[in-house]
Amino acid sequence: MLSYVARRLLFVLLTLLLSSLVIFGVTQLLPGDVATMILGRFATPEALARLRGELGLDRPLYVQYWDWLWRFVKGDWGTSLATGTAIQPWVMERLRNSAMLAGVGLVMSVPLAVVLGVVAAMKRDSWLDHVISVFSLALVGLPEFVTGLVFIGVLALGLKWLPASSAIEPDAGFFDALPKLILPGLTITLVMLAYVARMTRSGTIEVLKTDYIRTAYLKGLPAHEVILNHVLRNALLPTVTIIAISIGWLIGGLIVTESVFGYPGLGRLLLYSIQHRDLPLLQAVSMLVVAIYSLANLLADVVYAYLNPRIRLS
Amino acid sequence: MGTPLLALDNLTVAYDTEEGPLAAVRGVSLSLGKGDRYGLVGESGSGKTTLGLAVLCYLAGNGRVTGGAIRFGDADLLTASAGELRRVWGGRIGMVYQNPATALNPSLRVGEQIAEVARAHLGLGRGEAHGKAVAMLAKVRLSDPAAVAERYPHELSGGMLQRALIAMALTSNPELLILDEPTTALDVTTEAVVLDLIESLAEEYGSAILYITHNLGVVARLCDRVGVMYAGELVEEAPVNDLYHLPLHPYTVGLLGSIPGLDADKHRAPLSTVPGRIPRPNELPAGCVFVPRCQLAEDACRAARPLYETVAPRRSSRCRRWLELAGGWRGAADTSPPAVTAATSGGAELSAQGVKKYFPTGGAIGNLLPSLAGPPVRAVDDISLSLPEGTTVGLVGESGCGKTTFGRCLVGLAEPTAGTVSLGENRLSPSVAGRPRPVLRRLQMVFQNPDASLNPSLTVGRAIGRQLALLADLPADRRRERVAELLRSVGLPESYAARLPEELSGGEKQRVAIARAFAADPGIVICDEPISALDVSVQGSLLNLLSELQASRGATYLFISHDLAAVRYISDYVAVVYLGRLWEIGSTAEVFAPPFHPYTEALLAAIPVPDPATPRRRLRLAGNVPSSVQVPSGCRFHPRCPRQLGQICETEEPPWRQASSSHRLCCHIELAELQRLQRLAPSTVEAANDA
Repeated sequence: MLSYVARRLLFVLLTLLLSSLVIFGVTQLLPGDVATMILGRFATPEALARLRGELGLDRPLYVQYWDWLWRFVKGDWGTSLATGTAIQPWVMERLRNSAMLAGVGLVMSVPLAVVLGVVAAMKRDSWLDHVISVFSLALVGLPEFVTGLVFIGVLALGLKWLPASSAIEPDAGFFDALPKLILPGLTITLVMLAYVARMTRSGTIEVLKTDYIRTAYLKGLPAHEVILNHVLRNALLPTVTIIAISIGWLIGGLIVTESVFGYPGLGRLLLYSIQHRDLPLLQAVSMLVVAIYSLANLLADVVYAYLNPRIRLS
Repeated sequence: MGTPLLALDNLTVAYDTEEGPLAAVRGVSLSLGKGDRYGLVGESGSGKTTLGLAVLCYLAGNGRVTGGAIRFGDADLLTASAGELRRVWGGRIGMVYQNPATALNPSLRVGEQIAEVARAHLGLGRGEAHGKAVAMLAKVRLSDPAAVAERYPHELSGGMLQRALIAMALTSNPELLILDEPTTALDVTTEAVVLDLIESLAEEYGSAILYITHNLGVVARLCDRVGVMYAGELVEEAPVNDLYHLPLHPYTVGLLGSIPGLDADKHRAPLSTVPGRIPRPNELPAGCVFVPRCQLAEDACRAARPLYETVAPRRSSRCRRWLELAGGWRGAADTSPPAVTAATSGGAELSAQGVKKYFPTGGAIGNLLPSLAGPPVRAVDDISLSLPEGTTVGLVGESGCGKTTFGRCLVGLAEPTAGTVSLGENRLSPSVAGRPRPVLRRLQMVFQNPDASLNPSLTVGRAIGRQLALLADLPADRRRERVAELLRSVGLPESYAARLPEELSGGEKQRVAIARAFAADPGIVICDEPISALDVSVQGSLLNLLSELQASRGATYLFISHDLAAVRYISDYVAVVYLGRLWEIGSTAEVFAPPFHPYTEALLAAIPVPDPATPRRRLRLAGNVPSSVQVPSGCRFHPRCPRQLGQICETEEPPWRQASSSHRLCCHIELAELQRLQRLAPSTVEAANDA
């Protein structure tokens, strides 16, 4: 198991290395020149050349790449071109915010989705199953900016139960921020719900058909024991994988949701860096998002292997 | 008999389908007393498994009991509440299933799965229940039961899993044990050990047994009464001896006749068979359900369903003409003459010299960097064998011994790691891709599972026609004619050319696969377990078909099988393989008579003979086939050998000994000594441990 994890970590590092090449390459291809961006279009050629020299932009590309990568690994992510502030603490704060939102989203969506999926599977082809399927599919079909705006309209502006804006203070603790996390959390839940519930449903149906569930019933075990000890243990394996993979998206990919609610997460930071052509910031955020996705996939595989004795013990 | 333990009265079970309810079990009445051992025999589609589950009132979602009654002790199971049923399930009735590998939860430890029964029915706490589980695992003679209890199902072999399931079923000391084909998924040597175990435990626990199987041999060994099911009905019931010696239903007669005994061979007489197949519940004939396949059928049989009559004390039959059967009718003699080996068609002999096939372990990394890979799986490890023309060579051994891989090496589907395959003087390319068309044409293969070997989206005609186009260079207009001819030769109507595989029964599919193999007039056909996926009555007819084709076309067969009776029936020569090597080879008569290689001897002793009067030979193999990654030192058979001599077997490879010009075996024991040991009552040797 340990060697398996070590091998997979090696692959993650390889992925990150390849991604760094792509990210660096793409940011080089973007139109515009960093020095011109900093000094403005009316800067003299001499000033531009001097700044390029200071920034090291006159060196060959591979040297620049290597220099960038090495500093990134050391934790020196440079300063933002747009604001002149240090990038690393800024990104880390956003990472923390994103992680909080992801956590809230998972806590809200997963238990509900799993229960709905199991119920739908147990009552397969009944009206309840159909209602769950139709509703969860209809909800996943709605884009986040629609559901988000509806939530704001109804729960914040209409009923005034929750704040409409989720712009939290930079140093807000989790419980201070919590009320502002609920609406974006709900929006995420709607996306996750159909996905996870359907996965749970099909996993449960598969397991219910197996011989060992028949064995469990014919041992004379009560139904709840069969479900908890025998069905879920196997049926949730694919679901757990899906959830672990989705962590990447929850932390690094919520551009629309964060924008709708004005939530300061990584997704919005990425958008900001693109809008402001803030190349160092863009590179840093991109690398971080790639790392999160890779680690989420690794987590999915490790959790699956851990829960599945056939893999864990081989 | 007193009050019966289990009484089924006119039980009918139906499945709701889109075509309306289909009655899979109709009007079955039977009863079991305390401690009875009842064998329920039938082929697939006979409704025997449905009946077994109906007894427990546990049917698939669309199944329900539509008539009759089930009484268990003093309870009426059909009206029992869910709670009452739960007390019966696993408490008063234990069940053992066909496939032990899927019957246990893959993510729970084996001990825990047994302990659940102890907690649910014996009211034990966690610790006590675990102790009980370990005790039960010891009871089924698993060595180191405490360690086995901590394992997950995938860490145990099929035989060990089946013992664990038996332990689970007996934990609550049930009054009735339902065993549904408990040994079908196991090797014959393991089967023998598991049957011994069931027999002795049933005696110890005094449980009654309902043994559901297609294997008449197993029933002969274990049961005292037999019921024969056909198409959802019980057609005959009798004490076991009576049934085997004087069957009173034509189906039973056919079933018994289609099993080759260990003394049958194709040169004497073809097997009697039951032509046709079991009708589906929606296509039942109006009168007797067996009419379409019955040689005794007359108009009256078609008019009305015969009664299930008590024809003698403790004997019942659902045949109007049972009296004629009682007079000794044994089926119309098959008119086809015994197959005689035809003159050979002139060609070269297929032979293998020193063929080895190693599979690397270690996955992708092992492929890239062989130095990191583990030791290889030595599936075939130095086999030399030639197939004399026009004969059948049987290749027997347990699963995992490398016999299929060897067959695939011959046809080039697996590239040997070392060694050569030659056709006459001609050395063949190791891979099928490198072999010229005339070679491909001469060398064909029939696979075990016709469901997997026939393309589901090609009609029978196209599947065979493709072969003709590719290998026989037959112009399109001649192909249709030839396909029809081939179908006739395998006993199928020409109209089948337009059918898709899914419209055929298992036996019919295998006939198509055989027709396809014979399409381009091959000289040599490798038959890899061609009958083992099929029902008993169909197996017999396919063995006959293969013999006929051989007689008429002079084909050469390599018949790969674990079924020694079938091998005995069809083969001229037999080679016994174990852990990738040959251990004995000779003419069929020689291999099936002493001196045997101890492995051959054990294989033979393990076969359940479909005749309760046959004295049993209790020679058992210990343990499982070892892994072909770490092959045992010395003689590879020594860890399981019931006749191991001692040190020499563990350190030195045994020599080949020549018993006759055509019979050789590989053992440290002198031939004369083997002969002497094997003439003695072999019951002194017993070594049954972990299967």
